Amino acid sequence: MEENNYLPFRSEVIDIIRHTKLEYTFKMAYNGAVLPGQFFEVSIPGFGEAPISVSGIDSGSVDLTIRRVGNVTGELFTRRPGGALFMRGPYGNGFAVGDYAGRELVVIAGGTGVSPVRGVITHFASQNSDAKKLTVIAGFKTPEDILFRKDFEAWKKRAAVILTVDKDEGNGGYPVGLVTEYIPKLDIQDLNTAAAIVVGPPPMMRFSTKGLIERGFKESNIWISQERRMCCGIGKCGHCKVNEVYICLDGPVFNFSRGRHLID
Amino acid sequence: MGYILSKEGLNKILSALSKEYMIFAPKIFENGNKFSDLPLVRYGRVNSVDEIAFDAKSSNSFKETFMPISQTLFFFTEDAVKEADSPLAGQKGAIVFLRSCDIHALKRLDEIYLNNSEADYYYKRVRDKIKFVLLPCKEPFASCFCVDMQSNKTESYDASVEIDGENTVCIDCKNHEWDCFFKEAAQKVLPVTPSFVVETKTRVSVPEQLSAAQATALGFWAEYDGRCINCGRCNFSCPTCTCYTMQDLFYSDNGRAGERRRVWASCMVDGFTDVAGGGAYRKKNGERMRFKALHKVLDFKQRFGYTMCVGCGRCDDICPEYISFSTIINRLSGEVTQNGGE
Ligand SMILES: Cc1cc2nc3c(=O)[nH]c(=O)nc-3n(C[C@H](O)[C@H](O)[C@H](O)COP(=O)(O)OP(=O)(O)OC[C@H]3O[C@@H](n4cnc5c(N)ncnc54)[C@H](O)[C@@H]3O)c2cc1C
Ligand code: SF4
Ligand code: SF4
Ligand code: FES
Repeated sequence: MEENNYLPFRSEVIDIIRHTKLEYTFKMAYNGAVLPGQFFEVSIPGFGEAPISVSGIDSGSVDLTIRRVGNVTGELFTRRPGGALFMRGPYGNGFAVGDYAGRELVVIAGGTGVSPVRGVITHFASQNSDAKKLTVIAGFKTPEDILFRKDFEAWKKRAAVILTVDKDEGNGGYPVGLVTEYIPKLDIQDLNTAAAIVVGPPPMMRFSTKGLIERGFKESNIWISQERRMCCGIGKCGHCKVNEVYICLDGPVFNFSRGRHLID
Repeated sequence: MGYILSKEGLNKILSALSKEYMIFAPKIFENGNKFSDLPLVRYGRVNSVDEIAFDAKSSNSFKETFMPISQTLFFFTEDAVKEADSPLAGQKGAIVFLRSCDIHALKRLDEIYLNNSEADYYYKRVRDKIKFVLLPCKEPFASCFCVDMQSNKTESYDASVEIDGENTVCIDCKNHEWDCFFKEAAQKVLPVTPSFVVETKTRVSVPEQLSAAQATALGFWAEYDGRCINCGRCNFSCPTCTCYTMQDLFYSDNGRAGERRRVWASCMVDGFTDVAGGGAYRKKNGERMRFKALHKVLDFKQRFGYTMCVGCGRCDDICPEYISFSTIINRLSGEVTQNGGE
């Protein structure tokens, strides 16, 4: 008999990193192939399942950065290292880092949207990066909401990093404003090959992709990652379907030349 | 192989088969209809010919016989999960009586559950053990439009069973395991061709050249904002709808044991697209109608090569607001022609 695709496996919580009150990274035991941009269905029996992107990949573990918003995610936050969660996956296509090799790459992310691209940024901000030039523009609500602070510090060594906040009541020293303000000023040598990745809340993605096109980026050189309601992750439950596309199977990562034509 | 037998002959076979198989067919439930004095026709277990409603269309489709409205996937305690038994465990399988359009609908269910990426474990587990018996249609029902959807004919069945006159049963058997039963009971062995409908009163024309953007731009969807009450009955009665939602439940308030289920979901009903942070797609009923209609006649075809709707007319029969889906299909192509395909 085939494998039961709905039975989750138990995975140990190796570590928990607290970014903000509402956002923690759970380091979960996992051995197997996985790509940045893919997701797991994470569950707590009795509370339900939630699709969560991998925000980091190590040997023997994956990171899941989770925002507490409801039932499942609320219960998740009561778990401690040494405890366990149930998972199934990974699902979705994920980012193919090979698509960006040898190019100038701009990554624009908002809030938890940094999670799915964290692996891509880490790859290209590493010593043996094969990107020509990496620029990261990330936006958060306030300085308290900034995720992955240590990563941003590390990425700065090899990438141009712009961190913005929507609001800063104290003086965090971060520029206040929208990520889109930095798109017209992008210094790009070759607009034919320059690539961009945009992940964040829908309005932010809409304005950022528009900005990139105006800046001269080709539609086919832009990638986005989509979020929809998902109950199965394997093309059955129908919740994530848009036009003829199943976000869970064909996405969540889409080339913009395809992604822009999806009408909910 | 074709066979002519009497009703008693068929009853003997059904009773032999029912030792190994659960048998499901459309049945008449007198006074079962909530909306009128008419009897309700829906699927149920049968053991004899007279229980089968040969001349009526079931309001709900055959899919509920093996894709239950609510299905337990597994049981859990705090740290272990255990797969739920198959509803057909201990049984050789099930036999489902259904019509030509339904057999075409089955192909659509298979497309999603077996072929759209990996096969669904729970669906396959049951599907592999089901035999299908065609109930041929001599006449179409008023709302049927199978001919225009090319679902009026089929050869994909284990057997077909058609009643001719008072006591004559015509069988076309394609399942060799069953030939021995029919041979024994047969009055005559001769080729049998099941009846198929060749003309329907309700006609549709499915738009051939239409993009999602063009269809979305059409003005009439907003009419359904108020007319449709998003009850989802059109989806639940449809033999081709496959969507579901996961549901966890604890057996007691302070217990830690429970089960995960999946329950039928509908793209017309509130909550289908809700995401964290209060977001939702297609808040208006007209937008949902557009999504459903395009799925049935446009985008499923773009993905799999044929339309999803099989023209069974059940959604038209069941809608409490008298919204006609066949009319919507025709409005789509009408508006397309009017606008020159733009
Ligand atoms: C591909 C993908 C990747 C995601 N990655 C992350 C991530 O890395 N980190 C993160 O914090 N969140 C991520 N999310 C969002 C996350 O799945 C939801 O926040 C989560 O499902 C809410 O579950 P809950 O039980 O805590 O909330 P609930 O109590 O169920 O409800 C809170 C809200 O979440 C909505 N919701 C419920 N179930 C789902 C579901 N299955 N899919 C989407 N929304 C749902 C509800 O409609 C409601 O509006 C991702 C979503 C998708 C589709
Ligand atoms: S079209 Fe009719 S049956 Fe379908 S959701 Fe609307 S009111 Fe209900
Ligand atoms: S959409 Fe309506 S007519 Fe078409 S298959 Fe479904 S229930 Fe039948
Ligand atoms: S999440 Fe179920 S079909 Fe995509």
